[in-house]
Amino acid sequence: MLAATAAPRLDPKRRNVVDSRKRQFAKAQWQELSYTHRLNFYTIPPTGDVSLEEFEQWGIARLKVLAELEACHFRNRTPAETEEYMKPVLDAHLRLSSNMSRSGERERERKRDHYSHWTLRLAFSGTKDLRERFARLETQLFKLRMQQDDARERKEFVDSLPMSWEMVGDEEKRMYLDELKAATRCGRDDEEAWFKVDWEKVPELVERRQVLLKRGTAYVHVREQLSLLTNEFANNLSTGLDLAARFLPRMDEDNRLAPILHHLSQSFVAPDTGYSEASSIGDLTTPTAGSIDALAQHFPLCMANLHKTLRATHHLKHYGRLQYTLFLKGLGLSLQECITFWRGAFELIPDDKFKSEYLYNIRHAYGDVGGDANRRGRGYTPYSCQKLLTEALPSGGQQHGCPYRTYAPDNLTTLLQNVGVTDRQVLSGVKEDVGRQRYHIACNRVFEHAHKAQLRKVKDEGLWSAAELDLVTHPNTYFKRSFLLKNLGKVKSGDLGVEGAGS
Amino acid sequence: MPHALSPSPERTAASTSASGADDTMMTDVPGVPLQHDQDAERGESPSSATSHDGQAALPASSQSNGNGNSVSVEDMFDDDDDDDEFSSSAPTRPDDASSQPEPGSNPSPAAKPRYAEPDTLRQFYQRLFPFRQLFQWLNHAATPQADFQQREFAFVLPGGAYIRYQSFASSDLFRKQCVQMTPERFEIGPQYNVNPRDRKTLRSAGMMRPVMKELVFDIDMTDYDPIRTCCTGAAICRKCWTFITMAIRVVDAALREDFGFQHIMWVYSGRRGAHAWVSDKRAREMDDAKRRAVANYLVLITGSEQGKRAGIRRPLHPHVDRSLRLLNPYFQDAVLSDQDPWASSERAEKLLQTLPDKGLRDALQKKWDSTPNRSSFQKWSDIDTAAEAGSLSEISTKQLVDAKQDIRLEYTYPRLDAEVSKKLNHLLKSPFVVHPGTGRVCVPIDTRNLEAFDPFAVPTVTQLLQEIDQWDEKNSALTEEDRGKVLDWQKTGLKPYVEFFRGYVAGLLKSELAAGKRGRGDADGEAESMDF
Repeated sequence: MLAATAAPRLDPKRRNVVDSRKRQFAKAQWQELSYTHRLNFYTIPPTGDVSLEEFEQWGIARLKVLAELEACHFRNRTPAETEEYMKPVLDAHLRLSSNMSRSGERERERKRDHYSHWTLRLAFSGTKDLRERFARLETQLFKLRMQQDDARERKEFVDSLPMSWEMVGDEEKRMYLDELKAATRCGRDDEEAWFKVDWEKVPELVERRQVLLKRGTAYVHVREQLSLLTNEFANNLSTGLDLAARFLPRMDEDNRLAPILHHLSQSFVAPDTGYSEASSIGDLTTPTAGSIDALAQHFPLCMANLHKTLRATHHLKHYGRLQYTLFLKGLGLSLQECITFWRGAFELIPDDKFKSEYLYNIRHAYGDVGGDANRRGRGYTPYSCQKLLTEALPSGGQQHGCPYRTYAPDNLTTLLQNVGVTDRQVLSGVKEDVGRQRYHIACNRVFEHAHKAQLRKVKDEGLWSAAELDLVTHPNTYFKRSFLLKNLGKVKSGDLGVEGAGS
Repeated sequence: MPHALSPSPERTAASTSASGADDTMMTDVPGVPLQHDQDAERGESPSSATSHDGQAALPASSQSNGNGNSVSVEDMFDDDDDDDEFSSSAPTRPDDASSQPEPGSNPSPAAKPRYAEPDTLRQFYQRLFPFRQLFQWLNHAATPQADFQQREFAFVLPGGAYIRYQSFASSDLFRKQCVQMTPERFEIGPQYNVNPRDRKTLRSAGMMRPVMKELVFDIDMTDYDPIRTCCTGAAICRKCWTFITMAIRVVDAALREDFGFQHIMWVYSGRRGAHAWVSDKRAREMDDAKRRAVANYLVLITGSEQGKRAGIRRPLHPHVDRSLRLLNPYFQDAVLSDQDPWASSERAEKLLQTLPDKGLRDALQKKWDSTPNRSSFQKWSDIDTAAEAGSLSEISTKQLVDAKQDIRLEYTYPRLDAEVSKKLNHLLKSPFVVHPGTGRVCVPIDTRNLEAFDPFAVPTVTQLLQEIDQWDEKNSALTEEDRGKVLDWQKTGLKPYVEFFRGYVAGLLKSELAAGKRGRGDADGEAESMDF
């Protein structure tokens, strides 16, 4: 699309000191950018000084904004809701005043915005997943800001971009008015505007016959401008990120930036995926090795799948065992019960083999053995959705991970049908979510479908707070919520016996 | 001769080395494939010292193969207008040969028609084919450059073998291989980022990318079968050729006025269609997305067979509007009177179905049932008469006008084979080759005098060869030297076509040169401003 044709790289950040021997003593000359527009296309990297603290703080602030933006997306908020929700967040962390404001902070805000963008660019250029996610979120942010921008300032900003579009003059407009309106499908209002670009810049519009073509020039309606710009922004950014990824290993760095960047990219993994002790059902009932089969109906697909495989083959591979053991630990199964459970499940394995090869791992996961740190931390925390979604894909015979991600769409549908999800609308919704890589949305869709009636009741009666109805991002949360919903009446009346769990 | 039927030059190469070919033969012919060496070698072997370097063995073998084989070979190449990338001529039409009055064809079905014999083809390539102009056209300069040298050519050999990824360092080497291999036809592909002959030396197949090709269009008469009544399938007549004329008018206008292309050449495809080659630099360098955009811009989905109509948006896009204006005169003559598409009552039923008003449909049905012999022309005006008489029950007059526009578009708007245009690496039959089914030369069509083009007046290769002999006879009084000044193609009916081509290529080279002088950057802008 509208390629910013070779945006001129303004000044090199450090002018060449003629005498190379004097170079190290020469005072570096930095090019401080001035920000005339509120928006920024981020074509030029920052070239001024920045302290390490600022470098990190600004990055974290931007990260918060992006994380909230992503959360809006996960919660399926409409654009209007997102804008509403994001306004205070943006004001708090990444304020950008318009040219109208008299705030003395204006330049500093813009510098902050500019620097933090490039900081995160560095931090998230490491893997393809991160790059895509970052580019997507930044593009959303850009679009959001662009829509908030004052019309006049937006125009000034657009004009400042190195793009070859030219507004259609009045005379030309009058000459082609009928054709312009017929081609771009707009109403009778006179207050219309068009701009001209080479048709090659807008092939999609040409393909749909939504522009007027005159000798290779496309007359595009201004309403397309926003999407053209955002497309262009996204394209620029993803090429920029690819470039950064290639140069990252060669970064001239003295171990001050790398930890910060690493830390930033680590904290981008998910908005909130913490495991809390509260997702155990230990305070309601005491799960035992024998009650797992009954409880399995509340398991999310990832765990239900492991359970099913375990029962069918009497075995699970290492990562599957680990994932499942931690989940069982999370739901409140004690170590002794857990060992009993695994011993029973691996019925084809002789006792001494079980003891020598499997027992230790279970105890290790519970923090019963192992190093000091492991024991003090009471073993590993149960895996979150984020963890399951980012670890390596299972290979032959392995079953761990998130099935929404690891299964082919058709197999996933079969799997879902096997666990009792047959509603066609839900299945097609899941397929769509999975196609857009929104795996945990798919999982939540299934959850909401399976607990439709109870959820409605809870909502109607106002039994649960909003936080308890929020999106599920942890398998143990899924389980706990499902368990509570299915036992609504009993939990309230405290009528939940040991054996009653799940019956 | 098993190698003649081998599907790829690789296999040929293997058989060559197996038979102990003399390697020294290859050193003086760089860039020409092994097959050629083998042929050349065979030509110089004393055993087959016949009139034309050794290839005399070919027709003999095809005859000795017996009827079954040669018929199937002929069928394979009878309908080649599809111009598929891999020449998938699988859907053969057995009635093709019989339905076509093929000039100069041998009445015996078993033998090859004369124009398809390698001997005829060799003479054609040797004496008539305008290699120099073709080279300049593809090379865009006087001296060979990558535009030509890294360009893929694909040969269809008389035996049926399809050889892809041929490329040539110069026009002469290209000619030499054509003369030696006598392809029934050859196709032109894109220029690659590396020489296509070197593709096996690359580390991975993905490293060879097409970078440039003319923007091409293909209009084929078969797409018009639902609306033409005169012929079907491969057959055409002057009546239905008008459809091609109409299509050329519309597409040409859109390419010039909307996209600003200037160097557009239309070529008769040899039997029942036409190809367009757009050589503007801007067009050549388009990627697949842009090609698809242009193709879909031009394709209009008009009424479909299932009765469900794809709506054409109102107000009409200026391109559609202009096309309609161009096509209106043809609708009266070429469609209503020539094709008479709604003469029979079943076909009239189709027209009724496309009308959106029940009251109108009933009124017309009644009228046409009582007077069954009304022509399409009359039926078309009946619609308005009935509407004026107040038969409209559901829709307004404006909607009826729109519906009638839709019908007009359905019966006149170009039907492109859009897939051909969408891919940079799609191969298309070269201009000036002989159509293997008809023997006609694929000559360029002069759009300035489009109506005058008559596909049945296009010379066949056999006619052309005769004309050379006739000219030589007539001018036997001239000295050897004087006769030598006249090139063979100048003695024949091919002359106006080659001269037209030469003029066209000269224009292309001129603007290419001008663009080169001005530098790449502002070439496009200049070309545009010159036009305003």
